[in-house]
Amino acid sequence: MTLSYYLVLAAILFTIGAVGVLVRRNAIVVFMCVELMLNAVNLTLITFARSTGTVDGQIMALFVMVVAAAEVVVGLAIIMSIYRTRRSASIDDANLLKY
Amino acid sequence: MSETLPADGLLGWSWLLIALPLAGAAVLLLGGRRTDRWGHLLGTATVAASFVLALLCTIQLAGQDGAPADVELFTFISTGELDVRAGLLFDPLSAVFALLITGVGSLIHVYSVGYMAHDPARRRFFAYLNLFVAAMLLLVLGNSFVALYVGWEGVGLASYLLIAFWYTRPAAATAAKKAFIMNRVGDVGLALAIFVMFAQLGTTSYAGVFGAVGTLAGGTVTALGLLLLLGACGKSGQFPLQAWLPDAMEGPTPVSALIHAATMVTAGVYLIARSAPIYDLTETARAVVLAIGALTLLIGAIAGCAYDDIKKVLAYSTVSQIGYMFLAVGLGPAGYVAGLAHLLAHGFFKAGLFLGAGSVMHAMNDQVDMRRFGGLWRKLPVTFVTFGLGYLALIGFPFLSGYFTKDAIIEAALDRDDVWGWVLGGVAVLGAGLTAFYMTRLMLMTFFGRARWEEGVHPHESPSVMTAPMVVLAIGSVGAGALLVSVFPLSGWLEPVFGEPEEAAHVVAPAVVGLVVTAVMLLGVLAAWLFVGRREVPVTAPVRVSPVTRAARHALYADAVNESLFMRPGQWLTRALVWVDNRGVDGAVNGLAATFGGSSSRLGRAQTGFVRSYALGILGGAVLVAGALLAVTAG
Repeated sequence: MTLSYYLVLAAILFTIGAVGVLVRRNAIVVFMCVELMLNAVNLTLITFARSTGTVDGQIMALFVMVVAAAEVVVGLAIIMSIYRTRRSASIDDANLLKY
Repeated sequence: MSETLPADGLLGWSWLLIALPLAGAAVLLLGGRRTDRWGHLLGTATVAASFVLALLCTIQLAGQDGAPADVELFTFISTGELDVRAGLLFDPLSAVFALLITGVGSLIHVYSVGYMAHDPARRRFFAYLNLFVAAMLLLVLGNSFVALYVGWEGVGLASYLLIAFWYTRPAAATAAKKAFIMNRVGDVGLALAIFVMFAQLGTTSYAGVFGAVGTLAGGTVTALGLLLLLGACGKSGQFPLQAWLPDAMEGPTPVSALIHAATMVTAGVYLIARSAPIYDLTETARAVVLAIGALTLLIGAIAGCAYDDIKKVLAYSTVSQIGYMFLAVGLGPAGYVAGLAHLLAHGFFKAGLFLGAGSVMHAMNDQVDMRRFGGLWRKLPVTFVTFGLGYLALIGFPFLSGYFTKDAIIEAALDRDDVWGWVLGGVAVLGAGLTAFYMTRLMLMTFFGRARWEEGVHPHESPSVMTAPMVVLAIGSVGAGALLVSVFPLSGWLEPVFGEPEEAAHVVAPAVVGLVVTAVMLLGVLAAWLFVGRREVPVTAPVRVSPVTRAARHALYADAVNESLFMRPGQWLTRALVWVDNRGVDGAVNGLAATFGGSSSRLGRAQTGFVRSYALGILGGAVLVAGALLAVTAG
């Protein structure tokens, strides 16, 4: 019973993140939404780990955090350099890589 | 065939016969302009040296009673069971041809020194002539069909190069291509015959093939005979491949004399005479040879009556005379010697006639239209006398060479003693009458009557370097027949090749044949005098003429037949194939490429560069995958 609360919360968080990624233009906000999605997944992993009494899910969550931290470093650096060259953090302005 | 002896003495050196002119050609072609000054002398010297050598070899051959000498040279092709050795066979038959080629060849080389004196490319001309002599000698001296084939293609190449010698003239270039292509048609037959020999007998040497040809099935032998005949027809300008020979007259006149009258075009007769052991076994092929010979004889003679171009008349005369030779060799053992005697005599008088025609053209600023000649006998006395002797020899004036050799053929035809013998004999007699007509017409239009020269033409006799060969050939024209028939009988000389000549039971006495042929010949001369000599010759050819004349002017529509039967369908076929290639094959390949290219550029539009649309795509994909997984686990 309690399991579904956690899972529904995770689903809501993930949906907010996904919608944010799709609708927001500001790169920083999109970035934070991605983090939100990652953490929604983390919550799901931890929930299942607790309910089954194993540590696999927790270890997975740790991995995700590490990867997310690394990703933040790279991602923020890219956003910074884009901002420096174009004076804009809108991801719709960075559309040169196309057909 | 008699026993072959290993070649010793001078005969072992008979390869020099071929090597000398070949070396001459190589020096002249590779030496470039440096050899311009003395190139013609070298070219003439090599052929003359070959002639001397051929003469010495023939004397040695006569010393060993005509026993053929086999000269092993080297292994040409050796793979598995296929073993072709290059070697030469010097026997009485090849000796006769070698003498004719080098003898007439030397004379024509000498003549060309004068005839081509003002041509800037004289050296190239002599190089090609030397190449031709070398290839022709290889053709007649080779001891296998493969060696013959190499020479056969060599003379074809030389003929092509020499017809197109003045290649800036479109007519010459076209004529050369026509000759080359029509020869190819015949060569396919010869090549196939050689393939059949390889497949069935495993050898192509004359000794091997003729020794084993009796073991073959009758159908195979007939096929061999017909395929060889196709090759012979192509090279010799016989029906149905006769149309290239008159066009080949676009080449310089010495070429017409040497290649397209005396030597190369008789290669077909040589091939059939050499392949006598094959034809001895197949009556069918022999009958086809006879039919082609008789038909070509008439076609050539009829066309010769209507042309106004002096060289074309002589060319059709050549076609017709080679028809006589085919008729003779088609008669079998009775006719081989007669055919070859006619070939030799023809080599003399036709070469002489062509050289005479060249001398006339030389005097008339390269005019060939006989309607523009007339009255030349006073201006060109030497040409007139030599040409006249050649003319008398050709029409078979009693006791000149054509009289002996042509009568021998007619006698041999009548000696068959059946209906066909009478038909063939009749055709040959009719041909003799037509020959007399067209040659008399040529003589009257060229040398007699009123001068119809164009403005500014001042005829002059050719230099002695040109007239001397004409005189020698004229003497040959007069004497060759008597020499070959009675003094130094060709039948005895060729006995080691064709066997003992049978004493034929003459159906009609030779004297009667001689009288009839002479009477028909005189009728032809009279007719020519009535039609041409008696009246004024118009300068332009009359337009309103009978259908017969019109057909003869178009050489009995041989070109039209070739065009409608072979050229047009061939063109349609190639056009259809090109269309299929462009639209079908290329269309499929290009269409496929265009489809992929178009769809990829259309798909590429999806790459908008907007990160959020990619994210939507990823999300959609993930939802789809998740939905599919759920459906699978639930269902």
